[in-house]
Amino acid sequence: MSATIETIEAMERPPVSMGSRLEGELLEVSMGPQHPSTHGVFRMNVALEGEIVRKLKPVFGYLHRNHEKIGENVSYLGSMPYTDRLDYFCSMTNNWAYALSVEKLAGIEVPERAEYLRVILAELTRLQNHASLLGFLLNDMGAWGTPLMYAFREREKILDLFESLSGSRMMCDYMRFGGCRVDASPEWLAHARKIVDRFPRFVEELGQLIVGNEVEIARTQNVGNVSPELAVSAGITGPMLRACGVNYDVRKVDGYGFYPRFKFRIPLGEHGDTYDRLMMRVLEMGESVGILKQAFEQIPAGPIINPKVKIRAFRPPVGEAYGRIEAPKGELGFYLISEGGPNPYRYRVRPPSFINLTILEDMCLGHTVADVMVILGSVDIVMGEVDR
Amino acid sequence: MEGLEQIKARTEAAVPGAIVEIVQNASPSQQHSLKIDNEHAHDVAKWLHDDPALRLDFCSNVTGVDWLDRTVKKTVKVKKVVDGEEKEVSETTEEKIPGYIEVVYHLYSMTHKHGPVIIRMRTADRAAGARLPSLTPIWRSAEFQEREIFDLYGVRFDGHPDLRRILMWDEFEDYPMRKDYREPDDYEYEPTPHDDVLERAKRYYTPRPQIDGAESIVAPLNS
Amino acid sequence: MSEGIDEDLRRELQQQGVWVSSMQELYNWGRKNSIWPLQFGLACCAIEMIATAASRYDIARFGGEVFRPSPRQADLMIVAGTVTKKMAPQIVRLYNQMADPKYVIAMGACAISGGPFKQGYNVLKGIDRYIPVDVYIPGCPPRPEALLHAFMELQRKIDEQKLSGANKAAHLDREQPSEFPVPAFGKHDLEPPANSNLFHPPAIERA
Repeated sequence: MSATIETIEAMERPPVSMGSRLEGELLEVSMGPQHPSTHGVFRMNVALEGEIVRKLKPVFGYLHRNHEKIGENVSYLGSMPYTDRLDYFCSMTNNWAYALSVEKLAGIEVPERAEYLRVILAELTRLQNHASLLGFLLNDMGAWGTPLMYAFREREKILDLFESLSGSRMMCDYMRFGGCRVDASPEWLAHARKIVDRFPRFVEELGQLIVGNEVEIARTQNVGNVSPELAVSAGITGPMLRACGVNYDVRKVDGYGFYPRFKFRIPLGEHGDTYDRLMMRVLEMGESVGILKQAFEQIPAGPIINPKVKIRAFRPPVGEAYGRIEAPKGELGFYLISEGGPNPYRYRVRPPSFINLTILEDMCLGHTVADVMVILGSVDIVMGEVDR
Repeated sequence: MEGLEQIKARTEAAVPGAIVEIVQNASPSQQHSLKIDNEHAHDVAKWLHDDPALRLDFCSNVTGVDWLDRTVKKTVKVKKVVDGEEKEVSETTEEKIPGYIEVVYHLYSMTHKHGPVIIRMRTADRAAGARLPSLTPIWRSAEFQEREIFDLYGVRFDGHPDLRRILMWDEFEDYPMRKDYREPDDYEYEPTPHDDVLERAKRYYTPRPQIDGAESIVAPLNS
Repeated sequence: MSEGIDEDLRRELQQQGVWVSSMQELYNWGRKNSIWPLQFGLACCAIEMIATAASRYDIARFGGEVFRPSPRQADLMIVAGTVTKKMAPQIVRLYNQMADPKYVIAMGACAISGGPFKQGYNVLKGIDRYIPVDVYIPGCPPRPEALLHAFMELQRKIDEQKLSGANKAAHLDREQPSEFPVPAFGKHDLEPPANSNLFHPPAIERA
């Protein structure tokens, strides 16, 4: 962290007085882009009065890799590996969102087994994403890496599954327009089932670390409160929105894939503070395990890709489409405009982390600097998605 | 949720003077959109947000699209006098559509759980007239996304609380997502250049006709 | 592994219980087995770096356990992820702030040459345009084993550094620069687009 004096011109200095004889000035600090706790290259210009935050302006763009411009220059299929690198923790759900948008644009149907596989992989992604997030958040709070080791232990088990199925741990590039790339063998399904059956033990272990922990409660309760009206107006989605009490989950609202076939509940929070956001993720992991168990029971045999789709010379009709899914971080959407050519005319990603950061300043005002890191950790951002 | 025609009719009734057009979408996604005029955009958006039947309180996505100047060719059969005889001849007319930058808003409702209602606004032209009213006072989620459209396309939003560059550095002067943006010339060595990369390679390195194949082979390969 | 000590003599003395070494060996052995990386990740490769530091692919067995957040206390900067033009001045500043002896590993295709995002107006086509790089790891992202292999390559490289003579290590040579100029933000690009003392793209030679 370095103190810069000539930060933003727009930062006015409100009069500060602590008692009748003492006067103070605001200290402007730039937190980032290299900081031990900022989840990637993210910078915040903070104006502090002592330890209290008076003004906070986020600065983005340090990982802006012009993904949307590249999308205009490569074909539809060629953009699929780039979507892996958007939210690099959850490459399967990114692929699914993009495949869903193209399928909406071109009117392609997906066979049953492929939809079940997609649900299985998306929920596995959700499990490892929430586990990693909890590990990172506890790391930021000062637990110095131990919860992160536990979280990464579980994550490695799921990444092994991804690697044996798609060939790569992180950048899977697995979905195709009209289905999936590789079929899952019965051995893979059995192995995945075993891992999912053992996962609730990890959730319990994590629960013992978090739920009753005094330090945790003191640092996260009533920190970074968000009211439901502000959340809806600011376009917040995902576990952050549900922590404020708004019942909106794209899996239930849109009913994409075969989610209407599965029974699962949506956990809702009450206060919208950091503790609720944490608990959202813990509870969602439990629900995901339930969905996975049902999917393993119900998955049928059959083809995994629609044979009528031309994969290589793919030219969708003229028009546009907006497709969205419930990614682990929020609502991930892709907006595609096609002029009939092999490349999209406009390729736009609706990034959940970017929009969830709109109210970062509102959440942090009046709290201390230490709380800023905890609040930022609970928003769950990934810079590949924020900057694209 | 009601159909687009009904929404259009009710909007034009509720906001006097508003001009709302339906833009058809030819793809199987059936996501047609409403084009609203810039003057009444703020009032139309506020009505869409507040109307109890629609209650579109969640602005999911704000996108900028760059349309360059296009010429649309139309072929029409016309009666003409040719060599003293009246014949039917097909004539092609060209219509020039000037370019503009379009901003598309995808709206959903969290209260009623329906959507999307898609609205579009177009600027007057791509140069100095690229100004649009900002819808941030109505949907706060548009704040960062409109800043991004300003940064990458150059559209100024009137009424935005904090319009500055968001993804590129402040001293940057171009608008990179526009279709006519040229990247800075930064050629590096490519082992097998072809097509336009070959053109750039020729400016930096002396050509190798036997390997690049773009020029005639001067000497046999194994001499 | 150093010059000057006869291996047979060394073995014979060891059998008598006398261990002989040279300053260079000891110096390099201490440095290579306690490299402290800088806790600095840019993008996706950073996650593989964290996975390498986690318990499965433990980087602690090689001595690199302590990731320091402050550049003043770190020896090694693993540039993991895409380097954008907006971030490049900060990376060069971080490199300048590190104390000698310092090393750089360019991890992943993006840090080597811009990677899959090479056609980009904001992507710096390789971090070796501004700072010297010691080890390059290809991959997108490279597996944690690849990062460990690179770590061992770096250790081998440190082991071969000489303390004196014509080609002594860079940090002991007064002529070699240890800080590099920081690029500035220009109107269309960074200025300068590359450091011409460091960056020498391969030139094609006509036979």
